[in-house]
Formats: sequence, structure tokens, C-alpha cells
Amino acid sequence: MYVEIVFHGRGGQGGVTAANILAGAAVREGKWSQSFPHFGAERRGAPVRAYARISDQPILRHSQITKADVSVVLDDELFSLVDIAGSVKDNGVIVANAPSDFTVKVGGSQSLYCVNATEIARELKLIVAGWPVVNTSILGALVKATSIVSLDSIIAEIGSYWPGKPGELNAEAARRAFERTVKCI
Amino acid sequence: MAIKTITGNKAVAHAAKAARVKVIAAYPITPQTTIVETLAEMTEHGELDAKMIRVESEHSALAATLGAAAAGARSFTATSSHGLLLMHEVVWWTSGARIPVVMSVVTRAIGPPWNIHVDHNDIWDQRDSGWIISIAENNQEVFDLTLQAFKISEDPRVYLPMIVGLDGFILSHTVAPVDIPEQEKIDNWLPERRQPYVITPESGIVMGNLATDENYYMMRYSIQAAMVEAKNVIKEIDSEYGEIFGRSYGGLVECFHCDNADYNIVIAGSWSGDAKEAVLKLREEGYDVGVMRVRYFRPWPDEEMRGLLSRSKGVLFIDRSISFGGKGHLMTEALTNLPALANLPAVRGVIAGLGGVDVVAEEFYELTKKFIEEVEEKGRFYDPLYWHIPMVHREKYKPRLPGYELTCYKR
Repeated sequence: MYVEIVFHGRGGQGGVTAANILAGAAVREGKWSQSFPHFGAERRGAPVRAYARISDQPILRHSQITKADVSVVLDDELFSLVDIAGSVKDNGVIVANAPSDFTVKVGGSQSLYCVNATEIARELKLIVAGWPVVNTSILGALVKATSIVSLDSIIAEIGSYWPGKPGELNAEAARRAFERTVKCI
Repeated sequence: MAIKTITGNKAVAHAAKAARVKVIAAYPITPQTTIVETLAEMTEHGELDAKMIRVESEHSALAATLGAAAAGARSFTATSSHGLLLMHEVVWWTSGARIPVVMSVVTRAIGPPWNIHVDHNDIWDQRDSGWIISIAENNQEVFDLTLQAFKISEDPRVYLPMIVGLDGFILSHTVAPVDIPEQEKIDNWLPERRQPYVITPESGIVMGNLATDENYYMMRYSIQAAMVEAKNVIKEIDSEYGEIFGRSYGGLVECFHCDNADYNIVIAGSWSGDAKEAVLKLREEGYDVGVMRVRYFRPWPDEEMRGLLSRSKGVLFIDRSISFGGKGHLMTEALTNLPALANLPAVRGVIAGLGGVDVVAEEFYELTKKFIEEVEEKGRFYDPLYWHIPMVHREKYKPRLPGYELTCYKR
């Protein structure tokens, strides 16, 4: 097993944290992992990327990821700004924060999974500095779409990031996203 | 034992904490800053009983670290690039004083033009200063080397300061699993602070005084002698660390299938892992190739490199630095052993990845395969300055690199 994941988000949306939580969840399962931000300037609101690698063997390489197996998109508007389909392999999986009737052009054999993470954040009042928190719920969707790690590992890792109430709310967001994720394409 | 999934910078902070450092003095610089931020948090939360000294520059950061160390405290600092260059004078003061100190260098390009990404010109710039200089491949080794640095530096056979290098962003900001041993095991293994002399108000010792030329000369000799002795200490500590904590890396170098291979890559730092992946693929395809990963730049692994050069048909050096008007640093260092070699292999010195230009495993594969095929075809050759054109930007770089200039000017 060797999976490369790219997270597309906007600066401040927590794409790097999502990648880190995923890496931590994998280690909880005895796997090997890496996560890292795109090494460049970052501004709040601008399109940014983060990456993760998960393997059942020690990971030797440290170079950047050009074609990932899975792409996670935290904001559906990014589809019109960034070449999302081009960041994933031809048979790759895209997981997006988007309504279930969302349509977008993806590569021939690529599949698209959707969850309305923004709606989940509003339901749970997970709003920080005016922005709905979507980076934890999207991990629930990622697990549903790919089974790279278990939902329990994600929830345990979320709990260690934010002990107490914030952790519980974020864990609930991941659970709801897991339940509501559908295959759009 | 606890596995933490943390960045390279956090691994440094955890190692400094595990070594129970007493004084930390540092000035922020990207990509080092989160090391001292984490240590500041640890001291504020009472997890680490240490004094943080805030200073106005890196020159003062190392001066304060040296002062505290001279007074008997286990002291630590960390920096990068321009910060390291600014403290360069005190780098020499510290080694000349023979005071054990540990410093992390998060490797980063030197401006101008401004660049915060990985490059080895900053760390190798300390080459002649009398510091032990090591460099890690991954976050686990960052932790292990940093912890070992305190024991190596404070060994009475050494008494020299030590740098632990970790690649900017590629390790400093990448999260990966790090096994942190139990504190009790570390306490039993790492002795109390040792140093050649301690300055107190009562000791009457004066540092940095005028010495006779002859004394100066002999003190220089003693640093060189300590460096030679450090080779044994490094190997000894690497192997005892392996026995106690389960991880041993091979001493001054790590030999990855390099024992009997016809062809070998010599490389240092985080991208060694990408080179290893390329080597595994090449070996699967029947190529007899290995990697000698340089873990210590000072003391330089003379014996290991001499053996490698003598038994290889071809050696491919890959440097993330250049001495302008000269060549890449790893190749330059290795070839100082030339007269002692039984056989001369084909040699190519590759310059790549300066300023954080990404080089992926597939490019190491391509570079290595091309080198092997050329040697098989032409026999021994010497190609000391081979500028690698990055795969993803071939069209962009091509016209600006040597060999391509002519077509460019003609147009």
C-alpha cells in the first residue's frame, strides 16, 4: 500500500492541518506517513496545497508530489482556479467539499466524491473567524471515499489535536461527513 | 517509547528537551523559527527547566549560547542561512574555546536573490571552523543525531561544538513519525555535562586572550587531533545508541547497498531517500548500484570514501551546493584522497537542487542510469560539473545552462 494525497484549499482553511491529522491517523494504525505544506508563499484566501503520503513500508522519498492518487478539495470554487483533475492520476479519486448535485469536468476514469462540509460546519456552529471549519469534516469524506485509514483513527487524532469540546465538535463533523458523502461522478 | 507524528523542527526541540538543555539563545529565521518557538513553549509550560535568552541577532545568539556553555550549562541554539552567516565569527570563537555546544542548522539558500528553500551552501560554509558537522536524512535521524550531538560534543576526547543539519522545509516542515525513547533511558545513557573548563566568578579564567604564535599553532593542532578522535567517538556512540535505542546508522556514512556495488551515488541530506528509491528500482532492473550517504561532513569520512572510490567503477556525486569557481562540496572533499587510491573510478559531479529546486526519485533514476550507461560505453571519465536540468522545468532552464548558451547567444 502506498498512497499520495494532495489537499487543495485556501490559505487559512486548514489544509495543512488536515494533512497532518491524516498522517497522524495513519501512524496510529501502525502505518508510515508524511505530510507537508506546499513550500511556497501562502496568503489567507489564496489557493494553496498540502500533501500526504501513507504507506505500509517506511517512506524514503521526500520530494514534492506531482500526480497524487487522491485529491481533497476544501472549496469547490477552486475547480475553476486550479487544475484539480491534473493534480491526480488518471484513475485517481477526488473528494470535494461540494453539494451532492455538484458537476465538474474530471478526467476520464477519475471519480468524484462530494460532501457539503460547509453545511455541516454551519449545523455544528463550527465557525472560526467567520469561516466555516471544513478541514476536519472533509477527512470523514476522504475515509468514506478511499478507506485509506479508519474513521476511528481520524477521530482519535482529532481528539489529540483539540482536547475537549472543540475536538468533540470536529469529530462529530467528520462523522457526519462520513455518513453524507456520495459519489458524484 | 512513544511515536510522535511531528515536523523535523519539533523533533529537534524534543531532542533538546530530552537532553535537558539548560540554556537556549536564538533569533528567529525561516525555516528554523519553529524549533525555538517549540522550546519556548516547553519552557513556558514547565516541561523543560531551561532559560530562554532572547537576543537581537544571531551573532548574539551564539555568543550567549557560548557564554552559558562556558559557565557550565548544557546550551543549545538553532539557525539558518543568513542567520548562520551573521554568527560565523562566533562559530569560530566557540570551537577555538573548545566549549561543547549543539546547534541545529536548518539548511537554506543564501540570498540574493531571496530564497528560503533548501540548499547546502549555508551549512558547508562552516566547513573549516572546527565544528563537527552532521546532516540528517529524515525526522527520526534529526531526533537521534541531535540527542547524540550532546554526547559527542561533550566527550572529553572531542570537546568540540557540533552542528546538526536538517533540510529546510523538506524536513523542518514535514510531519513524519518519530520514535522518542523514554526519558529514563535517555537519562541513563547521556552523562552529566562535561567540558574542559568552567568559568565562574571565582575561577579566574580568561577566554580569548592573546596567545603566543606557538601556543596558537599547537591549539590548532589539538582541534585537528580532536577531529580525528571524533571519528571513533561518533562510531562508538552510533553503535551503542543502536544497542540501547534500536537505531544505528553506520557512523560517518550510511552504506546503502554500497559494500560491493560497481556504481555508487554519494549524497547527503533528505533527498538521499529519493536517491535510495531510485537505486532500489535500478537494482531490480539488474544494475549494480548503491548509495553512500554522507552523515558527517566534519570530520570527513576519509577511510570510507577511499574504500568506495577504490572499489567502484563509477561514482556519481550529487551536491546541493557549489563552491563558485570550484566544484560541488561532497565531490571536492572526496577527491582530496586521490593519491591514496588504488584504482580511479569514473567520476561525475552533479550540481542540483540549489535554492530548493525539487529533484524527484525518477530524476535520480534517470541521472544514475545515464551515468552507468556512459561509463559502460566510454570507460573511465571525469566530469566534475554536471548541471542537472530539473525534469519539471526542462524547457525553462535549458537555454540558461552551460552547453545551451551558444544557441541562446546565436539567436
